[in-house]
Amino acid sequence: MTFSFGKAVAIAALGVVAMTAQAEARDQIRIVGSSTVFPFATVVAENFGKTTGFKTPVIESTGSGGGLKLFCQGVGTEHPDITNASRRIKKSEVELCASNGVTDITEIKIGFDGIVLANAKASETYKLSRKDIFLALAKEVPVDGKLVANPYTKWSEINPDLPDTEIEVLGPPPTSGTRDAFVELVMEVGAEEIPFLKDLAKSDKDKFKQVFGSMREDGKFIEAGENDNLIVQKLEANPSALGIFGFSFLDQNADKVHGSVIEGNAPTFDAIADGSYPVSRSLFFYMKNAHVGVIPGMKEFVAEFTSEKAAGQEGYLTDKGLIPLPEADLEKYRTAGEQLTNLSL
Amino acid sequence: MTDTTSSPQGVSPGGASGDPIRRPVFVGPHLARRYARERRFRLLGLASVATAGVILLILLGSIVSKGYSAFWQHEVDLDITFSAEELNPDGGPVERETLLRANYLDMVRDALKREFPDAADDRRERRMLYGLVSPNADLALRNMVLEDPSLIGTTQTVAIKMSDDMDTFAKGFIDRDLPEGDRRVKDREISWHDHLEAEGRVHAAFNVDFFTTGDSREPEEAGIYGALIGSILTLTVTLLVSFPIGVMAAAYLEEFAPKNRFTDLIEVNINNLAAVPSIVFGLLGLAVFLNFFGLPRSAPLAGGLVLALMTLPTIIIASRSALKAVPPSIREAALGLGASRLQVVTHHVLPLAMPGILTGTIIGMAQALGETAPLLMIGMVAFIVDVPQSFTDPATVLPVQVYIWADSPERAFVEKTSAAIMVLLGFLVLMNAVAVLLRKRFERRW
Repeated sequence: MTFSFGKAVAIAALGVVAMTAQAEARDQIRIVGSSTVFPFATVVAENFGKTTGFKTPVIESTGSGGGLKLFCQGVGTEHPDITNASRRIKKSEVELCASNGVTDITEIKIGFDGIVLANAKASETYKLSRKDIFLALAKEVPVDGKLVANPYTKWSEINPDLPDTEIEVLGPPPTSGTRDAFVELVMEVGAEEIPFLKDLAKSDKDKFKQVFGSMREDGKFIEAGENDNLIVQKLEANPSALGIFGFSFLDQNADKVHGSVIEGNAPTFDAIADGSYPVSRSLFFYMKNAHVGVIPGMKEFVAEFTSEKAAGQEGYLTDKGLIPLPEADLEKYRTAGEQLTNLSL
Repeated sequence: MTDTTSSPQGVSPGGASGDPIRRPVFVGPHLARRYARERRFRLLGLASVATAGVILLILLGSIVSKGYSAFWQHEVDLDITFSAEELNPDGGPVERETLLRANYLDMVRDALKREFPDAADDRRERRMLYGLVSPNADLALRNMVLEDPSLIGTTQTVAIKMSDDMDTFAKGFIDRDLPEGDRRVKDREISWHDHLEAEGRVHAAFNVDFFTTGDSREPEEAGIYGALIGSILTLTVTLLVSFPIGVMAAAYLEEFAPKNRFTDLIEVNINNLAAVPSIVFGLLGLAVFLNFFGLPRSAPLAGGLVLALMTLPTIIIASRSALKAVPPSIREAALGLGASRLQVVTHHVLPLAMPGILTGTIIGMAQALGETAPLLMIGMVAFIVDVPQSFTDPATVLPVQVYIWADSPERAFVEKTSAAIMVLLGFLVLMNAVAVLLRKRFERRW
C-alpha cells in the first residue's frame, strides 16, 4: 500500500468538475413550500412528468413561510420557480420579493383544506363551538372581567354539555401553516364571540392579537410536530386526547379517528366543499413569471395543476383529499396561469 | 523459621500446630463478599447485554413485521384488448409516437367494465371500479406494447397492479367487519374483490418495482431505487473526499508535526468538531457549497461534501489512534535500515494502522449514511421521482426516503416505510461486511 498525493490531486480535479457543473442550465422545475400542499403538488408533478416530455419537478417541503423566503430570494436558476403555501402571501413577503427583484408573481388557488379536531374512535365525538376551543386552548382567558392564565382543566368546566375529560390537544408547531390557519379560523373567531374580548379588539388590537394568538403552555396543548401521521398514532394510543391536522389525514384514517363536529357541522368532504364546515382554508401556489420560458415546462405544469382532471370536481387530487374550488374559480385561476396575471393583494 | 510478627491479640485459631503462615482472621468473610461482588458485576453485565439484545429484537421485530408485506404486491389478471384502433389507427406500419401517446388506461378500464358490466352506468360507481387498479397501470402496458408491437389487436391476460387501498385490503390490513363508513374500502369494492378472487384472478407477486423505480405518490408504484442510488452517489463523494484528507491529516499530525501549542490547539478543535450537531454542517454547506461555489441544490455532490465535513473529524481521530498504536520499534527499525521518514510512514506505519483506520472510516460512513438533518438545508429532503444519473442530478437518500414516506397520508406507505428501513439496514450491514473483509486482508501481526 502506498499513499501518494495522487489521490489528493484526483479530489481537487473532482472539485473543479463540480465548479463547472453549475454553469449548466437547469431543465427541471424546482418547487418549495407548504407541507400541506406537498402531497397534492407531488401528485401533480408525478403526473406531469409521466404524461409530458418534461422532467419531473423536484419538490421540497419547507413550510409555507420557509418556502416564500426561498422563493423571494431572487430571480435566476439557483432560486426556486414555484412555492406552495397553505395561506395567502403576506404583504411583507411581497415586499421582500420585490426588494430582490421578484416583481412578477402569479397566484394560483388550487382548492381548500379542512382543519379537523379529531379523536380516537374509542371515545365519543366531541361537539364543539369555536368559543369552546378558544377557552380550552388560549393561554389567557377572561374570567370575571379580567384576563387570567387559563384555569380550565376539563372540557366540562367550559361547557357542561361536553364530556368530563381532561383537556389534551395535540397540534402543529408555530412554523406550520396549519397552525397559522387554526389560529386565524378558530382561535380568533372563538375569541370574538366573547364580549369582553370583542371590546378589547376595538380598544387594543395588538393585545387582542396576542390573546387569541397565544396557545397555552401548561401541557394542555402539546406541539406534536409537523408529522400528522404521528398525531394520528398518538390519538389511537391516548383516546382522551384531540388532535389538530388536515382533512386528508382524517380521510385516510377514517377507521381509527373521527373528526369533532364544529358548530353543528361534521368535517366531511361535502361540508368543507360547500363551506358549511367553518374551519377550512385555501391552498395556493405562487409562480415566478420571470422564470417562464427560462425553465422549460412552467406553463404546462400550471396548466396540469389547474386542469379539470387534476383540480376539477372529480379530479385525481380529490382522491388525495383536496377539496376542489367551484368551477368558476378554477376557470379563473386557469386563465391567470395562462396569462401570467400579476398578483395583486 | 520462626514467626516474628506475632499479633498482640495472641493466639491464632489453629495455633496448636504452629503453622508458620498466619492469615488475618477477617479474610474469610471478606473473600466471600468479593466473590459475591464479582458475581453481581457479571450478572449486571449479562443483564445489560440481554436488555440491549431484547430492545434490538423488539425494534427489528416491529420493523420486519410491519414492513415484510411491502415486498409483495397484489395483482389482478385482466383480459386487456390492445385495440388496433387506438394503437395503429391507419393500419400502416406501427409508429412509435402513436404508441407513446395512446391511452392505455382506457384499455384497462374497458377490461374492468367487461368484467363488471353492471357498474358501468353510474358515474360514481365507475370511478370506484377504476380505483381497483393502480392509476399508473398504463405505463406497464405501454412498455409491453413498445417491446412487442405484435400484441396490437390481440387480447391478452395481463397482471395489473391493484391500487394501494385494494392491495392493503387484500393483505388483510383492513377489517371488513367494520361499519362501511369507517374503512377506506367500501362494500362494493369488497364484493368486486371477492368476485375476482373467486375467479382466481387475484394473486400476490414479488414487488420487483420496489427495487427498480424511484419515488412515487402512488404507494403501489413507489420504489426505493432512486434513494438507494442517491445514497451510493452521496457516500461515494463523502468517501473520496473525507478518507484521503482524513488519513493525510492524521498521518501528518501524528508522524511529522512538531508537538507544540499550535498542534495541541488543532487537536482540541478536531475533537470538538466531532461533537458538533450535524445540522450545523448543513448550514455551513448551504453557505459555502451552494451560495458561494454555486453547486446545484439537491445534488449528491453537495450532499457528499457536507457529509464529508461531518465525517472528517471521526476519521482523523480514529486514524490518529490507529497510528499511535503502531509500536515505535517498527519506525526505529525502518529508520535504522535507512528508510526516509516518508518511506517509514507509507511502507510500514500506515499499512499496519490500516485496519484501525478502516474501522474509523466505516463508523464515519455509517453515520453519514443515516444523516438527514444536514441534507435538509441543501435541498436533498425532497420529492424526487427520477432516478439520479450523475453527481449533479437532484437526488435524495435512504433515510430521507424513510422520512418522506413516514410523513405521507396514504396508509399503504406505512409498510413501505418499514421496508425502506430494512433496505437501509441491509445497506449498512453490507458496508460493514466490506469493512470486515478489508480489515481481514490488511491485518498484520508483529
